[in-house]
Amino acid sequence: METVTLTIKNQPGLYLEADTITPDAFAGKKAEEIVDLPVYVGREQHRLGDFFDVSGKAGATPAETKIVVGGDLSRVKRIGQQMTGGEIVVNSNTDMYVGAWMQGGKITVNGNVDAFAGTGMKGGEITVTGNAGNYLGAAYRGDWRGMAGGKISVAGNAGSDLGTFMNGGEIVVGGDVDVHVATHAEGGKIVIKGNAKSRLGGQMVEGEIYVFGNIDVMMPGFAYREDVDIEVNGTKGRFALYEGDLGERHRKRKGQKIYGKLYQLVKA
Amino acid sequence: MAEFLIKNGFVFDPVLGIKGDKADIAIKDGKIVETTALSSPKIIDASGKTVMAGGVDVHAHVAGPKVNIGRNFRPEDKLFTYKPGHGIERMQGGFSVPTTLRTGYNYARMGYTTVMEAAMPPLYARHTHEEMRDTPILDQGAYPVFGNNWFVLEYLKNHEIENTAAYIAWLLRATKGYAVKVVNPGGTEAWGWGLNCDNVHDPVPYFDITPAQIVKGLIEANEYLGLPHSMHVHANNLGNPGNYTTTLDTFKLSEGIKPNSKFGRDQVMHHTHVQFHSYGGDSWANVESRAKDIMAYVNSHDNLTIDMGQVTLDETTTMTADGPFEHHLTELNHLKWANADVELETGSGVVPYVYSPNIKVCAIQWCIGLELALLAKDPMRVFMTTDHPNAGPFIRYPRIMKWLMSEEARKQQFDAFKHKDKVIEATNLAGIDRELDLYEIAQMTRAGPAKSLGLSHMYGGLAPGLEGDVAVFDFNPNEPYAPDAIETAFSNAECLFKAGVQVIDDHEIVSNGNKRTLWVNTKVNENPQVMRDVKEKFLRYYTVTLNNYEVSGHYLPNPYVIEVDATQ
Repeated sequence: METVTLTIKNQPGLYLEADTITPDAFAGKKAEEIVDLPVYVGREQHRLGDFFDVSGKAGATPAETKIVVGGDLSRVKRIGQQMTGGEIVVNSNTDMYVGAWMQGGKITVNGNVDAFAGTGMKGGEITVTGNAGNYLGAAYRGDWRGMAGGKISVAGNAGSDLGTFMNGGEIVVGGDVDVHVATHAEGGKIVIKGNAKSRLGGQMVEGEIYVFGNIDVMMPGFAYREDVDIEVNGTKGRFALYEGDLGERHRKRKGQKIYGKLYQLVKA
Repeated sequence: MAEFLIKNGFVFDPVLGIKGDKADIAIKDGKIVETTALSSPKIIDASGKTVMAGGVDVHAHVAGPKVNIGRNFRPEDKLFTYKPGHGIERMQGGFSVPTTLRTGYNYARMGYTTVMEAAMPPLYARHTHEEMRDTPILDQGAYPVFGNNWFVLEYLKNHEIENTAAYIAWLLRATKGYAVKVVNPGGTEAWGWGLNCDNVHDPVPYFDITPAQIVKGLIEANEYLGLPHSMHVHANNLGNPGNYTTTLDTFKLSEGIKPNSKFGRDQVMHHTHVQFHSYGGDSWANVESRAKDIMAYVNSHDNLTIDMGQVTLDETTTMTADGPFEHHLTELNHLKWANADVELETGSGVVPYVYSPNIKVCAIQWCIGLELALLAKDPMRVFMTTDHPNAGPFIRYPRIMKWLMSEEARKQQFDAFKHKDKVIEATNLAGIDRELDLYEIAQMTRAGPAKSLGLSHMYGGLAPGLEGDVAVFDFNPNEPYAPDAIETAFSNAECLFKAGVQVIDDHEIVSNGNKRTLWVNTKVNENPQVMRDVKEKFLRYYTVTLNNYEVSGHYLPNPYVIEVDATQ
């Protein structure tokens, strides 16, 4: 695997739309070619090299390409958007849409990510050592196709609207989450190791939510079924199982209605 | 104004009867002229290329409130489709519900110069005209909807044709409309009660009138006035298995009525997006094509024209004044739904839809649309549309040309279907080997629609005196070609002239043209009763006053008025 190192040298006046920072766009290119890739600030097109020092070279394919991005990236959006393979390491906080519509490969952010990380994600892996903003693993505005595959791990907290329209894949949040979890979800698995606030599973059709901490307010559309002893991501314990959203349509499998499932840890 | 001479192209023109012969086309002062009338023209070398008149779209949803609902509630339709400004082109975006600018540019790229907005809610005519005004290049008109309008329901309940006609004349003038459109007659009004009209004899609640009375009455009123276009109907029971009988019943309402129009059309009914109305079976499990029955009727009745409503197998946005149908659709696909009620006039709904080649019903729908065109005996009466964006975006017209012109292209699509065998069993298309030629395509996309609209004195052909609307495509019909070459060439006109202005040069848009809005001004005898009814209903029911209703002035910066005298 070949490595390309990007270090930000000029901060954009607005925000930098850098969806070209992907192994797919870099593959087969030398540093001299990578600096010419287009980025946008507002409606103006610039070169990647106008903002970054670029060194190293990319592999022949995305899968053989690793990108390490450094400096203060809090005004850089869309790192790893639509990537299909390879690896990106971001050594900073970064802005919105990290790994959005990602299909494969791996992104590690050593810092915080802002909203819409993993939007519409289909595959691959995103690991965030800090906190995530709102709409983690959700659908794009208006779209009904949220995260469908892959895995997102956030060590810290996540914001609101986690996993909206989630259809598959897995999100693990080490800390707490804000309101609205798995709204409209039709699949997938969300594990919240800290506390949740309210509106978990609103209009949820299918899928699983696990909460290890407190839930401030349960949705009235969820009904308690039973206590179950299960192991969730390495934590064994007794969970209270709720099913919902009872107001939503549900598929039948072998004559049984399939509901969204919400498990809350009772006793570790 | 500039003069142009388009030399040595292979010309396809049903008006002049030229079927691919080499000919020169001359343009001067905005019109097509004899080549001898030119003095020092700019020469366009069209050797080895195809030359046709500008395309005419008889039915598309490109402007107005429900199009904008589609734009507003589908931001994902614009995802990854934005294109920054370039040359004369301004920023554009959207796929199935594009911005007004992209609508104008993309029609022009396909060689189209005239596009009719197929459903204008009268109360929101201003919005519709604002969007048409902002759509560059194209000549446009809009059809106000009449089929669920309280005035019409009340007059036609008692078969008051003269009053209906006077109201139509007034509303066309007030809204600057072009033709009489009918959507799910009575059914959209019934939707206000949570009901629908499933067949032509299903009475409308409260008004106690049937769809048959509405359709027949509006045809009679349309012919009483002698409007350029005929009554333009989207019948009841759209999109349901077994609905072909409702369609045939609707067709039959035109029987025995002769056209009364000085504008050269032969039909008294245009039935739109017939693909959605040609289903057999009684459930989605056994739905099948009834295109043969439909086309047997169409082929043997000269007073009828239709358009296809071809499914293009894309993700798109459905939008119609057929409110109950959109509710039915959202129950089927569970995607988001918008619904609107337009006071005394109409309603509408909007739902995204994915026509997937992996779904049997979508593939059957694809077959049915093509069958309609391929079973047509007279291509002057069967027009190419996608009911944009309902069955697919208009940018797919060149792909539909490919399917119509190449059996090989159809075979390729059949092979891509997941349920190929079941689809073949439920349809006729696999057994049809007809391949249309460019002359027949020109009939279906130019001369035919222009004639049906009563605009054959302006559009649809290359005869001297017609508008200087001419397209040149980089396509040599006399050389062997792969099916995909048709789609590529006709998606990207090499040159386009609109009213004598060169809009596209070497595939680049170089002018925003001289866009006009067509509307019909009908002179009728004074009718105090109708004017009293209008005043009374505005006072009693409307949320706006009569003074705030009429569209005028800056809404139509470049109007083209077609005068009709119905006082005799």
